[in-house]
Amino acid sequence: MSIVSNLRPRVLRALDPRAIRRDFPIFERNPGLVFLDSAASAQKPRQVIDGVAEYYRTDYANVHRGVYRLSSSSTDQYEKAREIVRRFLNAESTDEIVFVRGTTEAINLVAQSWGAACLKPGDEVLLSDIEHHSNIVPWQLLRERIPIKLLSVPLDATGGFDLAAFERLLSPRTKLVAIAHISNVTGHVLPVETVIRMAHARGAKVLLDGAQAAPRLPVDVRALDVDFYAFSGHKTYGPTGIGVLYGKRALLDAMPPWQGGGSMIETVTLEKTTFLEPPHRFEAGTPDISGAIGLGYALDYIDSVGRDAVREHEEALTGYAVQRLAALPGVNVMAAGQRQLGVVSFTVDGIHPHDLGTVLDQHNVAVRAGHHCAQPLMDHLGVVGTARASFGVYSDETDADALVAAILKAQEMFRG
Amino acid sequence: MMNLRELYQDIILDHGRHPRNFHGMPGASHFAHGHNPLCGDRVTVYLKLDGERIVDVSFEGRGCAISTASASLMTEIIKGKTIDEAEALFKSFHAKVTGAEPLAVPPALMEDEERLDPLTGVKTYPARVKCATLAWHAFEAAVKSGAVGATVKTE
Repeated sequence: MSIVSNLRPRVLRALDPRAIRRDFPIFERNPGLVFLDSAASAQKPRQVIDGVAEYYRTDYANVHRGVYRLSSSSTDQYEKAREIVRRFLNAESTDEIVFVRGTTEAINLVAQSWGAACLKPGDEVLLSDIEHHSNIVPWQLLRERIPIKLLSVPLDATGGFDLAAFERLLSPRTKLVAIAHISNVTGHVLPVETVIRMAHARGAKVLLDGAQAAPRLPVDVRALDVDFYAFSGHKTYGPTGIGVLYGKRALLDAMPPWQGGGSMIETVTLEKTTFLEPPHRFEAGTPDISGAIGLGYALDYIDSVGRDAVREHEEALTGYAVQRLAALPGVNVMAAGQRQLGVVSFTVDGIHPHDLGTVLDQHNVAVRAGHHCAQPLMDHLGVVGTARASFGVYSDETDADALVAAILKAQEMFRG
Repeated sequence: MMNLRELYQDIILDHGRHPRNFHGMPGASHFAHGHNPLCGDRVTVYLKLDGERIVDVSFEGRGCAISTASASLMTEIIKGKTIDEAEALFKSFHAKVTGAEPLAVPPALMEDEERLDPLTGVKTYPARVKCATLAWHAFEAAVKSGAVGATVKTE
């Protein structure tokens, strides 16, 4: 047990999850809840809940429409949220920040707008074996319209993105590399800096699915020099129904609209319509105003905790959980490459992930069980599914301990 | 929430660990694949029918304890029954696990119906109901499809 006691102070140093937990009403309403499913969706701090409620109570009106004061102040708040996102990603301009419904919609937007306009038959898009379905299916749908080739970068023996294989797959035909920043299944942090450098050297663009990374580590799109970056509000402690597509200005400028309607036009006649500049060109119809404002509150909240502190905390906690799980007989932790953050997947011998999920739930431990929308990865791992524990700013080592205790109970029950 | 042991009764753990009639059937007259896209569980149910009578039934696949036990119990119970009898058992079982209006089965089937009762604990676990019905859906699809086979999804 000396390992355990050595680790604990380190887990607690970066931030104080007990104090943070007081910001999250869900834990007050559900005493004893061991919430280990933040990778699916994070809980919401009262700053977000109250901020959205306050906006509806005092400032609500449609945006970019009315000349009256309420509409202007609503527009101001909506556009201020865009500025908060810009800062969060260190983008150059708010023109590069498109509000969408979530990571899934962001990737679909790139596939249907940039992909349809810029890709030609025979062009190649590189994905990886670790991708979420939302970074596979949009490209397959595009392939039905334009005969592009989809290639997948395999994982190496450590469960990491195989850079050598990636280098072999890169070719002059590669036009886009679309990969996760952090795997939603294993927590593997992909070597995105190297990938971006190598892709750019071959003239390919790079899209990062930042759904798991945005809430867990500082993201600087300019330092990364990434072309597109997508993330979801609800995984970054914000509301559901809002997300972000970052795109380099020059790329967005050249992209056609993907949905038509109000808010995205300059002039409309029945013969011809001209469109607004980005980002509004890609925001047809009344947007999720309160969602964007709530996302602003959420990103401010993460900043107030400190993004380096969040990363350090989750790194230490992930290491602790992996160590405890790996020490359990009959428990197999899925390999996650050189770096792992915030997420750990595992199987338990003789217990199907769904049975395990039900038993853990009975012990108030909420984990995700199943294929995690990553069936190609499940095939690669040779499992039907896994159980997955994932952490947030409110998680601490007692959550990992509760998970381990509940697994022992499940093993006891299914032993025989 | 109910006690876990009511969901995972010994008979379920036993059938989950040691499923009966768990093999393929080269001479099957009917078969179908069942797939629960939500969790990825798969089951294939094979039947050998002689007219209306189920002379043999087996299954293959991978799934949780509930779905494996349900498939195993199903094969034990419907072997030797007519298709109508098996359908009647499924209807009453389905009503029980989904919390619908109970359906009476003919007196001759009551004992078999009761054998399925340990599985009805899933009704308080909505996410698990489909685990308990997957094999039965595959059985129904097999009867309808004949030797060409079919795939049925629980969604």
